[in-house]
Amino acid sequence: MMQYVVRRILYAVPLLLGVNVLTFVLFFIVNSPDDMARMNLGQKHVTPEAIEKWKRERGYDRPLFWNERSPGAAKLTDTIFYDKSVGLFLLRFGRSDNGRNIGADIRQRMWPSLAIAAPALLVGLLVHVSLALMLVFFRLTYLEFWGVALCVVLMSISSLFYIIGGQFVVGKLLQWVPISGYDTGLEAIKFIILPILISVAAGIGSGVRWYRTLFLEEVEKDYVRTARAKGLTEPRVLFTHVLKNAMIPILTGVVVILPQLFMGSLILESFFSIPGLGSYTIDAISQQDFAIVRAMVFLGSALYILGLLLTDISYTLVDPRVRLS
Amino acid sequence: MPALFWTDVLFFLLLAMLAALLVYARDKEHLRRPWHKVATNRSGMVSLVVLLAFLLVGVLDCLHFYPAFRDADGRLEYKTEAISVFDWCTMTLSTRDEKTYSAPFAAYAYAREYVRREDGSQRWEYPRLQYGGAHLENPQSQKLGDIVATATSGAGKGLLLWSALCAVLVGLLVRQHRLPWNVCLRRIAQDRTQVPWRAMLITLLIVVMAACVLAELSVKYHVLGTDKVGQDVFYQSLKSVRTGLIIGTLTTMIMLPFALLLGILAGYFRGWVDDVIQYVYTTLNSIPDVLLIAAAILMMQVYMAKHEDEFASLALRADLRLLFLCLILGITRWTGLCRLLRAETLKLREMEYIQAAKALGVGQWGILVRHILPNVFHIVLITVTLDFSALVLAEAVLSYINIGVDPTTPSWGNMINSARLEMAREPIVWWSLTAAFLFMFTLVLAANLFADVVRDALDPRREANNR
Repeated sequence: MMQYVVRRILYAVPLLLGVNVLTFVLFFIVNSPDDMARMNLGQKHVTPEAIEKWKRERGYDRPLFWNERSPGAAKLTDTIFYDKSVGLFLLRFGRSDNGRNIGADIRQRMWPSLAIAAPALLVGLLVHVSLALMLVFFRLTYLEFWGVALCVVLMSISSLFYIIGGQFVVGKLLQWVPISGYDTGLEAIKFIILPILISVAAGIGSGVRWYRTLFLEEVEKDYVRTARAKGLTEPRVLFTHVLKNAMIPILTGVVVILPQLFMGSLILESFFSIPGLGSYTIDAISQQDFAIVRAMVFLGSALYILGLLLTDISYTLVDPRVRLS
Repeated sequence: MPALFWTDVLFFLLLAMLAALLVYARDKEHLRRPWHKVATNRSGMVSLVVLLAFLLVGVLDCLHFYPAFRDADGRLEYKTEAISVFDWCTMTLSTRDEKTYSAPFAAYAYAREYVRREDGSQRWEYPRLQYGGAHLENPQSQKLGDIVATATSGAGKGLLLWSALCAVLVGLLVRQHRLPWNVCLRRIAQDRTQVPWRAMLITLLIVVMAACVLAELSVKYHVLGTDKVGQDVFYQSLKSVRTGLIIGTLTTMIMLPFALLLGILAGYFRGWVDDVIQYVYTTLNSIPDVLLIAAAILMMQVYMAKHEDEFASLALRADLRLLFLCLILGITRWTGLCRLLRAETLKLREMEYIQAAKALGVGQWGILVRHILPNVFHIVLITVTLDFSALVLAEAVLSYINIGVDPTTPSWGNMINSARLEMAREPIVWWSLTAAFLFMFTLVLAANLFADVVRDALDPRREANNR
């Protein structure tokens, strides 16, 4: 087991390296640091001195991959690529193009993201699984037909409309909670409750349909027939036998996204102006702060790979038939 | 003079490929059977009619040309700005811009301003619109009657048009089945046909009637109001159809060759080929989609700012951005299909008929092209139809974060983006958002329903379940 985990972690290194090279190519080769400087300083009337200063302040004034002028090993290390990638691997994110400390920003901003993403995931799971179970319980009736039809309708609505509609009805017409904003401590509850509700509602269509197919696959199996043949009631068959076995794919599906909860939701956070990592990323995109975007790409990829690893491990924990090798 | 935009060319290429596929599959029984199943499904065919209506708007909007005009000396000149056939048909809509916001069917502006009366006095009131309801003497009393009258005349024309379409269709059916007219009609009316013609014709009636009524009304009013700069929202929503269709279809078309080739190669050859391909798609997959798209679009903006003079016109630039968005969306999305294809190929290569082909000395490419490709193609078709609606929805989200289509390209995402501020306004402007919602919802719902039917028909596992 330990061996397997170590091997998987080692396997993550080339993946992250690949991600790094890819983002590096995107950010530095397609457009040279000069272009970025010009973009940041404004398009017209930029003196070469201003560009040089901008680049020097951010460490972009070195060669990309190979530094001819440095002695020995520094030929490789005194370059933008080395400087900007090795830091990421050690989770030292450095400074943003505006001079802010990215690492500190991330540590501070991940909590609001988590405060929304974690309850949203839990409540969503509970609601979606129970609704799906209900549909399966009433299968081959009109209730199921219209329930599935309603799911397709809900799926066809853009998530933007759930957010705008929710904000308008609950925040503006009914005025139950503030439309947007954030606060620390217990005060935060009134700000996060609407985003959580909206993200649960927006996921109902696809979530319920997905869990329903999982349950339907289980219902066809032999052990269910055995349970019914024993004379167990339908609720008992569904809630103890089927639910327990369907829990395996459900739980592993949840584990894979667990690490990414830190990243927050881009749209939700920017709509509700919650100071989380999602809105941090959006702000970086709109301000064209390349250092932050690069750091977030790396963090997101690392968390995704961690999620894959956790999924494999959780399989062995919930399903004794699976052995890691 | 025709104007060639990249997206137009690729879109028509895609349609041509689709047509070729249909012709190819027409006389092959095993290929026709699943589509026959789609054709007999009521919800599938009803949504197909709706999709075809959207497609018609999209195709008309893809035929661009430079309009000709006579200059002062009477010589024939071409304008520098390309318009589409659709623009040409709806010239009355696009040119009738008001000053600013106006509500649907309004004859007065949405905000008060100082209006100078004929007697020289100034008054603080709602001014009349320049075009919306401008033909009415006294809008307060006449408007409702006029709207009903116009709508009725539109509905009448719609009914006529529908009857004509029906006659053509039934005529074709009569010839195909060699039945008398009355028998054919009775069967359709009683819904005793294999293909659900009755449901399709009813849907067609609704679509045609709605189109005719709206067309008639929109000549006199702004049916869905006007936006901040006074443009007709109904016209914008219709123009957005093309953007939605292009993103939904071209993205999959661009990613398809990669996914097919790499997926099949990885599954068939295994070994180091498999390792490399798996490495590539895991790497791409591990980058959060939105961030990859954002990074790519940011880079393109810098590039375009640097090479401004390389783009002949703004429209061309917006078009290239749209194509680039399709490309980058495709890059983030091919991995899923690639993985599915790899798994299926892994399974297929152990099948007896592949072993038999190998034993008979068929070359590797022969096996790949003749035996593996046709047998994984249903996965491709299912993924393409399922992805369509997801892509249309994704466009809206991306445009909202300003990393989607060019701000000058009409799209539902851009409409929603601008509607955000309108919802906070007092009194609120709700019609842009509602219009974008209605159009997007209709298209995505139809696409979702159709995709479900296609999946049920093509997926062999589901077929076993249904029997």
